[in-house]
Amino acid sequence: MSYPYEGQIAETVTLTGHNGDRIEAYAARPLGPGPFPGVVVIHHMPGWDDWTKEVTRKLAHRGFAAVAPHLYCRLGPGSPDDLAARQRAAGGVYDDQVVGDCTGAAAWLRGLATSNGKVGVMGFCSGGRHSYLCACRAPDVFDAIVDCWGGNIVVDDPAALTPQRPVAPVDLTPALTAPVLGIFGNDDHNPTVDQVNRLEAALVAHGKAHEFHRYDGAGHGFFAVNREGYRPIQATDAWEKVFAFLTRTLN
Amino acid sequence: MCSYIVKTALLPVSSAKGPDGWLRVDKANVYYDHPFHSPLDHALGIDILDEAGGRRLALELSPDAARALVAAITDALETGEREHGMLPGHTALTA
Repeated sequence: MSYPYEGQIAETVTLTGHNGDRIEAYAARPLGPGPFPGVVVIHHMPGWDDWTKEVTRKLAHRGFAAVAPHLYCRLGPGSPDDLAARQRAAGGVYDDQVVGDCTGAAAWLRGLATSNGKVGVMGFCSGGRHSYLCACRAPDVFDAIVDCWGGNIVVDDPAALTPQRPVAPVDLTPALTAPVLGIFGNDDHNPTVDQVNRLEAALVAHGKAHEFHRYDGAGHGFFAVNREGYRPIQATDAWEKVFAFLTRTLN
Repeated sequence: MCSYIVKTALLPVSSAKGPDGWLRVDKANVYYDHPFHSPLDHALGIDILDEAGGRRLALELSPDAARALVAAITDALETGEREHGMLPGHTALTA
């Protein structure tokens, strides 16, 4: 062969989440003995969708065992978009449950025979907020955080604090131990440039390791190739920042 | 940003037709969020629900499409009630 063998397995799995519940997840990992670092992928409000599963497979292609728990599966059976509609109508998923499901996903990754023992967490949009939240609430579980345009980490409108999301994750920053990679578009409305500035200021004030990359000409969700906001130049650069960060922090 | 904006309308005495035929529906959830199928960043979503039966008919509309729909609904309703209803000050058309 002219190039080393590449292969992966990608499939639906079951793992133990919050309250000991068995939940479904989508996992992808490289074939071979490893050892491989792990990444928990947190989906956004629209649900456990094709994009989330593509990201999971992309991570596996780059040498990470990745798993995306289905945060809405308790509302099933039903298609992922039907369950997302039910979850949205119910006000969204509770933070405690997300933390429980994601720490369960991290344990599942560490339980793989091919694990190197390191696990990061990565999310987009509300998943970015959940990534930051999980790392603050479970600092002994996650070794790296990738926050892609997470909104409502800094909260200005008190109405944004609900029973499901009772805290602004920025207020939990002192508990953080893992380094943070932040990816943001400067045309985004949530989070705004000012909110990203304040998030960064909190990380600096508490002496937390972080690396932010902000992109002109890009708004919210600029990685999504199936959306009008896709920005290929910025997304290509930012993905390489993501992989460099995860490779450095999880190996 | 993913939003949790959901406005609800009860739909008494209403029906919808889906891929499996007609069903009674009783509620609509109207939301503004990242769509599931549409290529827009944000869309106006309408879920028409048979809540007890767990069935849903879904729309994802651009803001312009949503406003055009609102205008068409209002126009059809006003025209229909004026020509076929018994609004005060109006008389129904004779058959």
